Amino acid sequence: MASISPEAADARAEAVVVARQVVKHYGGVRAVDGVDLDIAHGELFGLIGHNGAGKSTLFKMMLGLIPATAGTLRIDGIPVSGGGFRAVRRRIGYLPESVVLYENLTGLETLQFFAQLKGVPVAACPAALERVGLAAAARRRVREYSKGMRQRLGFAQALLGQPKILFLDEPTNGLDPEAIREFYAILRGLRADGVTVVLTSHILAEIQERVDRLAIMAAGKIQAVGSVQALREQMDLPLWIDIRIAPADLDAVRNVLGRLPVGAIEAHDEHVSVRCGRDAKMAVIEALAALDGRVLDLHVREPSLEDVFFGFSD
Amino acid sequence: MLAVAVVFTVFALAIAYFGGAQQGAVGFRSIEFTIASLVSLVIYLIPLIALVLGFDAIVGERERGSLDLLLSMPITRFELLLGKYLGLAAALAFSTIAGFGLVAVVLSTQLEINALLHYFGFMLSSVLLGMAFLSLAVMVSVFAADRTRASGMAIALWFFFVLVFDLLLLGALVVTGGQYGGEAFPYLLLANPADVFRVLNIFSLEDVRTLYGLATVFPPALAEPWLLGLVMLAWIAAPLAVATWRFRK
Repeated sequence: MASISPEAADARAEAVVVARQVVKHYGGVRAVDGVDLDIAHGELFGLIGHNGAGKSTLFKMMLGLIPATAGTLRIDGIPVSGGGFRAVRRRIGYLPESVVLYENLTGLETLQFFAQLKGVPVAACPAALERVGLAAAARRRVREYSKGMRQRLGFAQALLGQPKILFLDEPTNGLDPEAIREFYAILRGLRADGVTVVLTSHILAEIQERVDRLAIMAAGKIQAVGSVQALREQMDLPLWIDIRIAPADLDAVRNVLGRLPVGAIEAHDEHVSVRCGRDAKMAVIEALAALDGRVLDLHVREPSLEDVFFGFSD
Repeated sequence: MLAVAVVFTVFALAIAYFGGAQQGAVGFRSIEFTIASLVSLVIYLIPLIALVLGFDAIVGERERGSLDLLLSMPITRFELLLGKYLGLAAALAFSTIAGFGLVAVVLSTQLEINALLHYFGFMLSSVLLGMAFLSLAVMVSVFAADRTRASGMAIALWFFFVLVFDLLLLGALVVTGGQYGGEAFPYLLLANPADVFRVLNIFSLEDVRTLYGLATVFPPALAEPWLLGLVMLAWIAAPLAVATWRFRK
């Protein structure tokens, strides 16, 4: 039986993206200030933060576009600053934050241009356009494309050559809700094929249901990393319990809840919202259930990513 | 680029047929005369066109935000730079050859084979001149922080090489009374691709050489077209090499 050498085992165990104390200074500005990060194989990883938090700078360092001032960055086990990184680029798809394409080329020509740069057969281009829903516009010039279409074309470019790692900077910028849904459907398909996806977004509500893990970045530092659930628990933010009752029962409900450690109680006609800590959640639900069917509906509302985010970045 | 080609054709034809109007004669005179006149036109125009064409190459992509995507591709920075350069050089060479080539076709019935060869030499050196200044332009494009500065630097280069350089040289010669550097003077011309172009074309023409009275001043080594051609190639390679070095950082 063939045994795996320790080095090979290490390489397999190592994350796709490994950052250790990565620093980037621009003059006196610490754009990225000591980032440690591991992104595993096949993970759908989100990076969120305000403008100027250092996301794009970190992205560009991960792609080897700009050198780090200090620290080490490895993608797929290869240091980004080394000569061997060129081979890794073949396995990477990248969608920049504001995708700028050549206005005079058609969509198909644009893809053919990038296919040639990537060493991918140009015959793969029509299928890539089909995949992002641009087949009908393949022979129109990019000049005539809407913002959403340009974004799709940029995404098609990133998908050329079946990359193992995708870096997508604000990929859903300019997309309508339907296109965003299709976009994430493609990402789920890719993840099922073992592709690692790293994306940034400022639309927190959009990202929170869809990524496996996320990192919150502020002031050049990773403030927190984990699943959305883990981050919520780490923050221990209060949650909301929304119930629906007959308006006549409001006093009875207030009476029951008054004996429990709850925060604000907001009532609008038959809708009542109760704010309480995570540890009080079950006690509140049990007390409401004990009201003999007077609670018509119940829904636990977890703190949003915005709540989590502002909790960390403030 | 088609417009550029048309401009070249019109100018070349006009010079060939009406260049002698001052002397009271209209009509095609001689290829030597035509080339000498075209050289003084080309020496202004081609460097300008090349600089305008190339100053934007890298800094423009950087400013529009399309450079990052190109850099993320599995190509080296040298390949990217060379690709940009060759693309622009092909466009410039095409309009030069199309523009002046059309004139060659028109004139071909009136020319002997030797004169035609001279004319082709002129066309080839025009292409090389364009490529040298394009190389300078791409270098500017790598160094400049933004497009505005790049265009300023490109214009400054044009002024320096096309207008100021010869004046400086002449001034230096006059100030020193021709005592120092008199012998080095012809070699200093090699430090300017526009002058290399001029020397290349003028010295390939026996008549013009005596006409300008330059034959005595110049060392015979500078009359060797292949040597001047090599210097021109160096002027193409050196700025690109500097640009590559800078671009990698």
